[in-house]
Amino acid sequence: MSGGEIVESFVVPVHPHTVLAPQQNEGWSKLRAAYDDAAEIISNSGADLLIIYSTTWPSIIGHQMISDPNPEWVMVDHDFHDLGSINYSFNIDAEFAAQWNAENHSRGLQSRCVNYRGFPIDVGSVVALTLLNPDNKIPAVIVSSNVYADRSETTVLAKACRDLVKKTGRKAVAITAMSLSNRMFTEHIEAKNDKIHSLKDDEWNRKILEFLTEGRLEDVGQLSRTIQQQIRVQKVVNFKPMWWLSAMNENRNDLTGKVLAYEAIHGAGCAVVHLNPTPSGVGDKEYDEDEVEVFSGERGVLDNIVSSEEETISSPADNGPELWDPTNAEGSVNTDAAPKPVGAYPHARRVGDLLYLSGVGPRQPGTNAIPGGPIHDGNGKSLNYDIKAQTQAVIDNISRILEEAGSSIDNVLDVTSFLIDMDRDFKGYNEVWADTLGKVGPTRTTLAIRALPTPIAVEMKVIAKI
Amino acid sequence: MAKGEIVAGCLAPHPPHIVYAENPPQNEPVAEGGWEQLRWGYERLRESLKDVEYDAIVVLSPHWQTYIGTHFLGLDNFQSLSVDPIFPNLFRYHYDLNVDVELAKQIHDKAHDAGLTVKMMTNPDFRVDYGTITTGHMFRPEWDKPLVVISSNRSRDYYSVEVMQEMMMELGRVTREAILDSGKKVVVLASNSLSHRHFTTESKIPEDMSKEHITSHAMHLWDMRMIDYMKSGQCQRLIDEMPEFTEQAIAETDGGAFTWLLSTLEVPDYPAILHGYGTIIGTGNAIVEWPVYQHKGE
Repeated sequence: MSGGEIVESFVVPVHPHTVLAPQQNEGWSKLRAAYDDAAEIISNSGADLLIIYSTTWPSIIGHQMISDPNPEWVMVDHDFHDLGSINYSFNIDAEFAAQWNAENHSRGLQSRCVNYRGFPIDVGSVVALTLLNPDNKIPAVIVSSNVYADRSETTVLAKACRDLVKKTGRKAVAITAMSLSNRMFTEHIEAKNDKIHSLKDDEWNRKILEFLTEGRLEDVGQLSRTIQQQIRVQKVVNFKPMWWLSAMNENRNDLTGKVLAYEAIHGAGCAVVHLNPTPSGVGDKEYDEDEVEVFSGERGVLDNIVSSEEETISSPADNGPELWDPTNAEGSVNTDAAPKPVGAYPHARRVGDLLYLSGVGPRQPGTNAIPGGPIHDGNGKSLNYDIKAQTQAVIDNISRILEEAGSSIDNVLDVTSFLIDMDRDFKGYNEVWADTLGKVGPTRTTLAIRALPTPIAVEMKVIAKI
Repeated sequence: MAKGEIVAGCLAPHPPHIVYAENPPQNEPVAEGGWEQLRWGYERLRESLKDVEYDAIVVLSPHWQTYIGTHFLGLDNFQSLSVDPIFPNLFRYHYDLNVDVELAKQIHDKAHDAGLTVKMMTNPDFRVDYGTITTGHMFRPEWDKPLVVISSNRSRDYYSVEVMQEMMMELGRVTREAILDSGKKVVVLASNSLSHRHFTTESKIPEDMSKEHITSHAMHLWDMRMIDYMKSGQCQRLIDEMPEFTEQAIAETDGGAFTWLLSTLEVPDYPAILHGYGTIIGTGNAIVEWPVYQHKGE
């Protein structure tokens, strides 16, 4: 199946006032009306999945995703408990959550599904789902916001989800439950006296909304660190939701944006913003921060040495010669989802119904990191490495190239494998092969060679059919 | 009416792992043990206080986070299921706790009169935070004493550790005043870890102690420095160094509970009893008692 896409995106506020007390303040009622408008847009969009990234669900062990198909409970806000309780019963797409979890792991992320009766779904998610999906018609997934995560981890989380949406053919709505400026009044105030906490917060909020109105979502993502410094109470490492939402939308700057409402809730800047994928404007981009495809951050805190369970990914530095853009002769197939070549050649070339792939190694697209670690460091000093992790990464790269060509790993016909240390590595390589390509059944030749151009231990040359 | 008193103050951390490792009937997950140094520390604390009489427990937990002042549980009883949003695999605890609403209201009123922003929490659907429940269970698993439960005002997030300290010193002062006025004997508990940098991975068996250690040597040094001050009765130095400790050790003292505790005890200058120290998923945790009952009249 293919052709899935993000059909709409929204920024929505997190506080319970829009559900429990919209009538108490004109601004809150405008936010509620905007929420209702957003629900109607979603209902008319043909969406079959709502994906919520909630800033009010902090996590520590990577990211967490609700996978209880029908979580039910009563939510009471820690601060605004006097406004009342919100009963909830949601329709969660547990299968998608599980698939997303697997996609995260394949990109180096820590994540897990949570399916426990009584799990306290956070206020932002409860408010968003209650108002955007009032009859539970559309299944949803909810993901936490990791307190330690920064841009790369948050971006890769979104890309794993986005690719899954495409792969599964879903029509998804991406939603961030968040405040703009998040500084609330630290005293109790009368509802009628609510306003944005400060002029500076208001000015920054309007600047963000101006960008979003112009569809310049990636620009807001690039400004996230500045926004955090300017108008965010320092509760977490950084202002992350725009990184996630931008990556969900292919890091675009030419969306069609509309602010449905912008008001204060107890001093915080709250907006309902609609972003549609229809291109508008120029969409030019000026990146301060690069694209990232795979997370390779520090994760080896449990062990000082490499274990088979907690495989390491090498630093991208010193991973071999200069990288080239793939060539584009007739019939060439190239993709950003595979590592860049180390010379002037394409990832693959199509001839009739056959695909001939250039030698594929385990380097990761974007970062050039080597799962399982490089065979030596920048000074040539030998390092311990995990041949199984490298072999698996090779097969994953092959799979991505084949998918770009409209084929798949199931269509591989013939493989020539190159190992730099047959005695050491054949067994591990062979085990991974048996679990993957061995089940497909291509012919195979395995050769021992002295070296490969990058500090890797295995490479494969593949012929496949379309 | 006789004058009330604080009979003891304790640093009583709340990582849910220690309840999980005890396998109490209230908790759904089952463990093979783990974190014994801390669980034995709580045993020693309970043994130390077994002959000390008191009427209520006052606890401040960093996991009831409020941004608009300080809140107090304001109903007589709360029963529900508490599921830890961070470690739901470890902590799904069926609680039934009684509240000393009278004492809670007295502290609330004193705090209000002192100019602090306060609110009573009277929504019966409210779920008590897992920090309060973990500390409550480990301190007194019988659950036969009423609690006063105080939220953690996140003034540190809004302003600075210094502002947090000023507010918590004041809250501690009025808490003490209210307790003395109440005629009750009370134990006060600060429910927080020391250094607070977590691992972001969890081993396959969470209670696998071969994986447990402090996140970094720097965190260890900070924890030991603060514990030395506790053991040697130098609590004013704890207060003085709290901003630096909180910043550098990413310490859970940012929630204000520890400062509040020391203030309720009038920043003691006598040695505290260290009942245990251990790490939980990389964070540093100490179980410490200030035996006020041994220092009456000093």
